[in-house]
Amino acid sequence: MVDSITLGESLRRQGVSRRGFMKFCAATASMMALPPSMVPAIAASLEKARRPSVIWLSFQECTGCTESLTRSHAPTVEGLIFDFISLDYHHTLQVAAGDQAEAAREAAMHENAGKYIVVVDGSIPGPGSNPGYSTIAGISNYDMLMETVKGAAAVVAVGTCAAYGGLPKADPNPTGAVAIQSVVRDKPVVNVPGCPPIPTVITGVLAHFLTFGKLPELDALGRPMAFYGQSIHDRCYRRPFYDKGLFAGTFDDEGARKGWCLYRLGCKGPMTYNACATAKWNLGTSWPVESGHGCLGCSEPNFWDAGGFYQALSIPTSNVTRTATAAVAAGAAIGIAAGLANRAKKASAAKQHKTVTVDQLGEG
Amino acid sequence: MSSLTLERGLYDFKAAIDAPIASFFSSCVHCGLCAEACLFYVETGDPKYTPIRKLEPLRRVWEQEYTILGRIKKAVGLSKPVTDDELEEWKELLYASCTMCGRCSQVCPVGNDIAYMVKKAREGMVSSGHAPPALVGAATRAVKIGSPMGVKWPAVQNQIKHVEADTGLKIPVDVQGAEYMPLLSSMEIINFPEYLGALAKIFKQAGITWTLASKAFEATNAGHQIGSSDIERELVVRVVDEAERLGVKFVIGPECGHAFNAIRWDGPELIGRPYKFRVLHIIELLEQLRAQGRLKVDSKVTERLTFHDPCNMARKSGIVNEQRNLLNMVATEFVDMPDNGIHNWCCGGGGGANSMEEYEHLRLKAFGRKRWQLESVQPELLVTACANCRLTMEEGLEHYKMEIPIAGLTEMIAEHLKEDESAA
Amino acid sequence: MDFLLWVRGPAFNIAVAIFVIGVLARLFEILVLGRKSLYSEPKGAQMGPGVAEIFKRSVPLPDIVKRGAVTLVGGYIFHIGLFITIFLFVPHIEFIHSVFGVRWPGLPNPVVDAVTVITMVALIVLLVHRIRQPVKRMLSTSEDYLTWLVTFLPILTGWLAYHRIVNPYPLVLGLHILSVEVLMVVLPFTKLMHTFTVFISRWYNGAIYGRRGVQS
Repeated sequence: MVDSITLGESLRRQGVSRRGFMKFCAATASMMALPPSMVPAIAASLEKARRPSVIWLSFQECTGCTESLTRSHAPTVEGLIFDFISLDYHHTLQVAAGDQAEAAREAAMHENAGKYIVVVDGSIPGPGSNPGYSTIAGISNYDMLMETVKGAAAVVAVGTCAAYGGLPKADPNPTGAVAIQSVVRDKPVVNVPGCPPIPTVITGVLAHFLTFGKLPELDALGRPMAFYGQSIHDRCYRRPFYDKGLFAGTFDDEGARKGWCLYRLGCKGPMTYNACATAKWNLGTSWPVESGHGCLGCSEPNFWDAGGFYQALSIPTSNVTRTATAAVAAGAAIGIAAGLANRAKKASAAKQHKTVTVDQLGEG
Repeated sequence: MSSLTLERGLYDFKAAIDAPIASFFSSCVHCGLCAEACLFYVETGDPKYTPIRKLEPLRRVWEQEYTILGRIKKAVGLSKPVTDDELEEWKELLYASCTMCGRCSQVCPVGNDIAYMVKKAREGMVSSGHAPPALVGAATRAVKIGSPMGVKWPAVQNQIKHVEADTGLKIPVDVQGAEYMPLLSSMEIINFPEYLGALAKIFKQAGITWTLASKAFEATNAGHQIGSSDIERELVVRVVDEAERLGVKFVIGPECGHAFNAIRWDGPELIGRPYKFRVLHIIELLEQLRAQGRLKVDSKVTERLTFHDPCNMARKSGIVNEQRNLLNMVATEFVDMPDNGIHNWCCGGGGGANSMEEYEHLRLKAFGRKRWQLESVQPELLVTACANCRLTMEEGLEHYKMEIPIAGLTEMIAEHLKEDESAA
Repeated sequence: MDFLLWVRGPAFNIAVAIFVIGVLARLFEILVLGRKSLYSEPKGAQMGPGVAEIFKRSVPLPDIVKRGAVTLVGGYIFHIGLFITIFLFVPHIEFIHSVFGVRWPGLPNPVVDAVTVITMVALIVLLVHRIRQPVKRMLSTSEDYLTWLVTFLPILTGWLAYHRIVNPYPLVLGLHILSVEVLMVVLPFTKLMHTFTVFISRWYNGAIYGRRGVQS
C-alpha cells in the first residue's frame, strides 16, 4: 500500500507551491518552539520524507478525535499531510470492512515491520477486566493493541481516553478501562490528550516525527512540551481580569458580558496544560473561554472526576457537608462523653480530699 | 510520717480544675505578654517569673487528666509526671513571686485569669507539703490563737482602752442588732491602731450603729493567703457565725486587701450558701456616707498627695472611684500616678508575700515599679487603703531612702472631720 | 494530577472529619467540666461583661504596647493578614461558599498577594523573636515550633501556587491543599485550639471580673 513518492512530490502534485510549503515549515517550527534556523532542515526532511504507514486503532472511543482531525473547512497543509500518510487501518475512514479490514491491518504490520506508527484513540478495558467489554472482530482491545504495537516504531495515544483513560475510566469505571501507556511499556508512547485534541497538535507531532525520525520532547505526562508545556491560565487572554479580581458570577451577568475571568464558573485553566489559548480551535476561530465557558481541563488525567465543571478549582470534590454533619455528631458525642468522664474524675478527686488542718501543716 | 503527700496534692490539683481553667490552658499560646505585666519579672528580668509558667504543674495535671490526647499520652508513658522536687522548686514561683495581684489576668490576650489559677494551684501545694513555712506559721497562729500575728482579744481590749481615752468615744463590743460590724486586721491592731479611733469618729458623725465582735475581730485570712480552702473556711466561719449571731446587717472589711477578698468573695463559696448579711469595704461605706452627705470635713490636706490602689480593692473588686471621690473631698492637691486605678502595680507584699522574710530581697527588687510610679508624680504624701500595702511600702521606701510618709485614707478622713458641735 | 485529586477529595474528607470531631470534642471536654455556682453577692453582671471582654481584650494596655511591641505588632499583622488571605481571596471565598452557602466580595488578587508576603514576614519575625526573647524561649516547647510550621506552610505554598513558582501547577496546588489539611488535623490537639477557646477564656475573664464590678 505504500508507494515511493515523497512528501514533497505529493504536495507539489496537489498544487502546493514551494512558498506555501516553506510557510508551513516555518509555522510548524514556530509552533514547536524551534528556532528559525531549523526551518531549512525541516523543509529538507519533509521534502524527502517517505509516506509512513499508520495504523489507527479505535477502542473505547466516541470518534470525536477523528471528527476533530477531519473536520476541516478548507484544505490546509496540515490536512494535506494527513492525507499524505498512508492510513492503512481506520474504522471510520477506511473503505474495507470485516475480515478484509483486519487483513489490511495485518498486511501493513507485516510489510512495514518496525517502521509503522500506531495511533490509538479510546481507552481499553485493562488486562484484569472482562475482555468482552470491548472487542473488534472478536478480538479484545487489549489483545489487538498488544499484537499491533509489537512491530511499531512509535505509538501515539490520541485523545484523553487513550492517553489517560478519559471518560470510560471515570468513576465508577465499570469496564476497568485503562490508558494505553499503562499497558504499552516497551515502545515510545506519546500522549496527545484533549477531548478532543486540537487538530494541529496531532499533525504537528506527526510532522516532528517525519522530520526528525523521533518523537518530540515530552513532559512528565508524556505530552509534547511544544503544545502542552504551558497552562491555559498562563496564556489566557482573560488573565488580567483574574489578576485584578474581576470574575463572572453567572453566565449572563455583567462580568460574563464584559468577558471577565471564569474562575468562579469552574474554569480549570490553572491546572490544565494545552495549546487552546494560543492555537485555538476551528482554524483559530475561538476556544471555550473566548466563547464564555470555562476550561474543562479535558487534556488532564481524570478531569471527569476533578469536581464539577461549574465548580471552581478551589472547591473540594468530596461531599464536605455530609462528612462534616457526621463529624459534628461524632465530635459532640465524644466530647460529651469525655466531658462527663472529666466531671466524674474531678468529683472523685474532690472526694479524696482530706481536710487540711494546721496540725497537719505543722508536721509537714 | 507526714500526712501531707504528693498524692493528696495531686488530688487537690485535679479537683481545682474547672471549665474556666481548662479553657485558659487550652488558649495559652505562649506569647509571654503576661510576664510584661508582672511586677516580679519586670523588675528582675528573670523569665522564670513568667506568670503562666507558675502554673506548669497544674497545667500538666490538666493535660494528663482532662484531655483525651493527654490521657492517651499518659497511658503509653509519654507524659512527664508532677514530682515533689518540682513542687518544691515551684514554691518560690507560686508564693514568693506572686501576690495574686491580677495584672497578668488583665493583660493576657486570650483572657486567661492567671491569678485565679494561682490561688487554685496553692490548694495542691498546701496538701502536698510545699507551702512556705512562714505562711504555715501564720495559718497555725490564725487558727489556734485567732490571728496570724498572734493577737488575742485581750490585746485588742487594750487598744480599745487607749482609743477610748484618746477620742472620748465608746467602742461598742458584741452589741446585738447593730447595723455594722467592722473587722480589723492584725496589722492595723498592732501597727496602725489609729484606724479604730478613726472608725469611731466617723461612725459617730454619720450616726450609724456598729459593734466589734470579741470572737470575730480578725479579718486577715491566712487560709486565703496560703491557699487552703479548708483553713480559709475555718477562719471565715468564725466571722460568719458571729455576724449572724449578732444579727448585723453589714460586715465591714478593713483596710486590708486579701482579708476583704476572703470575706467578700470567697466566704459564701466556702460555706456553700449566701450570707445573711452584706459585706462592704470600709472605703465603700465611707463613699456611701459621703454621697448621702453624712460625712463632713472642715479642713483639708494641702500636701501634694497620690493614691496607691490596693490590688484586691481596685482590680479585684472594682472599688476605684470611691477613694477618688473621698480624696477630692479631703485633699486640695491629689494627683494620680501613671498606671493607677485598676492598672496599678502591686506593692509586692500581698497574698502573704510580706510575711515571708526569706524573700525580702525579691520584694525590694520588685518595689522598683512603685518607685518609678512615685518618682513620676513626686508626691509629698502617699495615701492608701490597705494596712499590708502600707507596711510593705514603708519598708520599700525606707530601703530606697525615699522620704514619703504614708497615710491610711480612713484615718486621714477622720483627722479632718468636722468637729461635732452637738457633742456634750 | 492524581495527587491533586486525592487532596481535593478523600484527603479533604479525612481532614474535615478529624478537624470537626477534634474541635467539638475539645470544646465539650472543657465546657462540661463546668464551674461551681457562686453564692457571693454579685456587684455586676456576668453575661454582658463576658461578651464585651471578647472584644475589649483585643485592645492592649498602653504599657504592654511598649513592652511587648514585637509580639503585639507581629501578632496583629499576622492574624489580620491571615484573615485577609483566607477570607478575602476569591478562590477561598468560592470554597467557603461551596461548603457554607455564603459568599462575599473579595479583594483584588494583587492586594491579597502583598498581604500574604507581609504575613509571612511577620511570622518569620515572630519565630526569630520566640527563639531569642528570654520569656518566650523559656515558655516554648516543640509544640510551639510545630504549630508555627503548620501555620506557615499553607501561606507559603499558597503564595507559591498563586505565582506558579513551582511546576507543575497541580503539584504545588496539591501541596498547598495538603498543608491546609495538615493544619486542620493538627489544630484541635495543640494551642491552635485558641482559635475557638479564646472566646470561652475571654468570656470567663470578663464574667469573673464583671461579677466583681470591675469596670475595665
